[in-house]
Amino acid sequence: MDPESVQFIFLNAAIVNNFVLALFLGICPFLGVSAKKETAWNMGLATMFVMLVSSVCAYGINLLLVRFNIEFLRLISYIAVIASAVQLVEMALKKFSPGLSRAMGIFLPLITTNCAILGLALFQTFREYNFVQSLAFSIGAGVGFTLALMLMSGLREKLELARVPSVSQGAAMSLMLAGLLSLAFMGFAGLGSSHA
Amino acid sequence: MSEGVQARPQTSSLAMLRTLGGIAMISGFLVVLVFQWTKPIIAENKRIAIEKAVFRVVPNAVSRRDFILAPEGLSPVGKKAKGETVYAAYNAKGELQGVALETVATGYQDVIRILYGYDPQCECVTGIKVLKMTETPGLGDKIAYDPDFLKNFHGLDGKLSADKSGLAHPIAAVKHGSKSEPWQIDSISGATISSKAIGRMINASGQRMFPLIQRYLSGFRPPVTVAAQGGEPPGSDLQ
Amino acid sequence: MTTVLHKQEQVTLDTFLRGIWEENPVFVMLLGMCPVLAVTNSTLNAIAMGLATLFVLVASGTLVSLLRKMIPREVRIATYIIIIATFVTMVDYTIQAISLDLYNSLGAFIQLIVVNCVILGRAEAYASRQRVGAAVVNALGMGVGFTLALLCLGTVRELLGAGTILGYPIFSPNFEPWVVMILPPGGFFVLGGWLLLFEWIKQRRERRTLQAQGATAHGS
Repeated sequence: MDPESVQFIFLNAAIVNNFVLALFLGICPFLGVSAKKETAWNMGLATMFVMLVSSVCAYGINLLLVRFNIEFLRLISYIAVIASAVQLVEMALKKFSPGLSRAMGIFLPLITTNCAILGLALFQTFREYNFVQSLAFSIGAGVGFTLALMLMSGLREKLELARVPSVSQGAAMSLMLAGLLSLAFMGFAGLGSSHA
Repeated sequence: MSEGVQARPQTSSLAMLRTLGGIAMISGFLVVLVFQWTKPIIAENKRIAIEKAVFRVVPNAVSRRDFILAPEGLSPVGKKAKGETVYAAYNAKGELQGVALETVATGYQDVIRILYGYDPQCECVTGIKVLKMTETPGLGDKIAYDPDFLKNFHGLDGKLSADKSGLAHPIAAVKHGSKSEPWQIDSISGATISSKAIGRMINASGQRMFPLIQRYLSGFRPPVTVAAQGGEPPGSDLQ
Repeated sequence: MTTVLHKQEQVTLDTFLRGIWEENPVFVMLLGMCPVLAVTNSTLNAIAMGLATLFVLVASGTLVSLLRKMIPREVRIATYIIIIATFVTMVDYTIQAISLDLYNSLGAFIQLIVVNCVILGRAEAYASRQRVGAAVVNALGMGVGFTLALLCLGTVRELLGAGTILGYPIFSPNFEPWVVMILPPGGFFVLGGWLLLFEWIKQRRERRTLQAQGATAHGS
């Protein structure tokens, strides 16, 4: 598959180079809100949505920065834009969809400091994606994030029922699980390259 | 958060604006200061990095000049011309030793980006350097340092076809130990996908760029005009 | 009242040491996991990342603490983020000026220091309430704790995954590196391993003190 094609970018961001399991972006929410499937799903949706919005914003901002030759302000403007995008999304949700707002509400502020969002904006700039590619990249990253979160929460719900040594309860066990999951995802490497 | 704000007496908007404006001023000042201070150093670092890579893939090179190459023609870097950037490398006498080109393809994990040298005299590839990759350490990443693999690119055949529109023989990586022709690349065993990616990217770039380099060969003038006169083919002592 | 009065902490050795052991940002508070896992595939990367974070922590802590009385509550998070982003941009350019190779191997993670929860967390929970001296010392402690944690991971991963430390071979040439250690799963495994170790030490110590208490209770 052509490395520039939309399908490849989507597949690569969602599975082969999964944001959480291969690039270590967004580990905090991955460990923090993956205890229950339902919260994991809501968090995934909220993140996906913010990713889409901030990817579009970052694309626009970058055009402006390049136009005026002030790329050294990139980081500051990206993080400012993401923070305001999250606020806007929060306000819009509250106004138009109170139900959804209640479901996602507590997660939204957390997303500001989710490095997956800033990482997405930075990566799409470094790789010089055009607008359509950026969209594919952000949706792929969002899907990958949700997938990782859902898998993890499923595993952890099952683990609740298992008896583990008291030493390994909590974070250590989650990390080991994440390691196994990441190992499994390594099997997807090579997916989409034209020669098997 | 907004409920919390309503419950408290409002801070005046002016105070908020003043603070944000002040902080923005300080931050802008600091960033510009550091940016101005580091700009020449970073530019120099980047120049050295490119130079090192170019001199590694083109033997005997001591100076370089950048060009933009497109089907329409060759132009020095700086003018707003469309096309691919190529690095022409010259020896101490100012004779063209080769041209370094960048190319990419998808490897096992992610995109692999390499720089490779092309000698228009012998119509062959003279060396490669991996610029960026995330191949598996110990397996795929051998494409960057495995001496047997890198030896493939010392004089890899890239002759043009009779009508000069592409390569006479497509460059490709073959299974480890089965290389029989000078345009084939012997893959690393256990890293076939990464090796094939290298073959694919050189082939794709070569099919497109080698004919152009040959067509505009006379345009690659050295940086200082002490060039060999009369267009006498230099670099024939290479082999 | 917009500001709640906070107890001004006396600067003691504990202000510094707390960040290294008791409240270690990585091993105890589990903050800033992304860089911890992502750039610890070699010792050198771990050190560079640790120092960069240390600088940003101390610099932003100082500035936030200096400006703490001037920042209105409503815009405090925005202000902190701008301050942090400024210092991160400075570090970013400085590292590019020092070594491009290092910059390339750390990738986007230098810029992602901005969203490292340790830094924002310190600014919000400590620097915005304490005097400059205390804020600096505390940030130093946290930064050193963070760097040490990165080192713990980095050395183990490089040693097992490549058989080297800082690029120097440690084992005999017959050693077959455990490649998985420098790959993403290795990061999870090694961090999990360290957490297990610390949890085990903690539980053992608790049991000891319990036994000791039991013994004294019995005695009296």
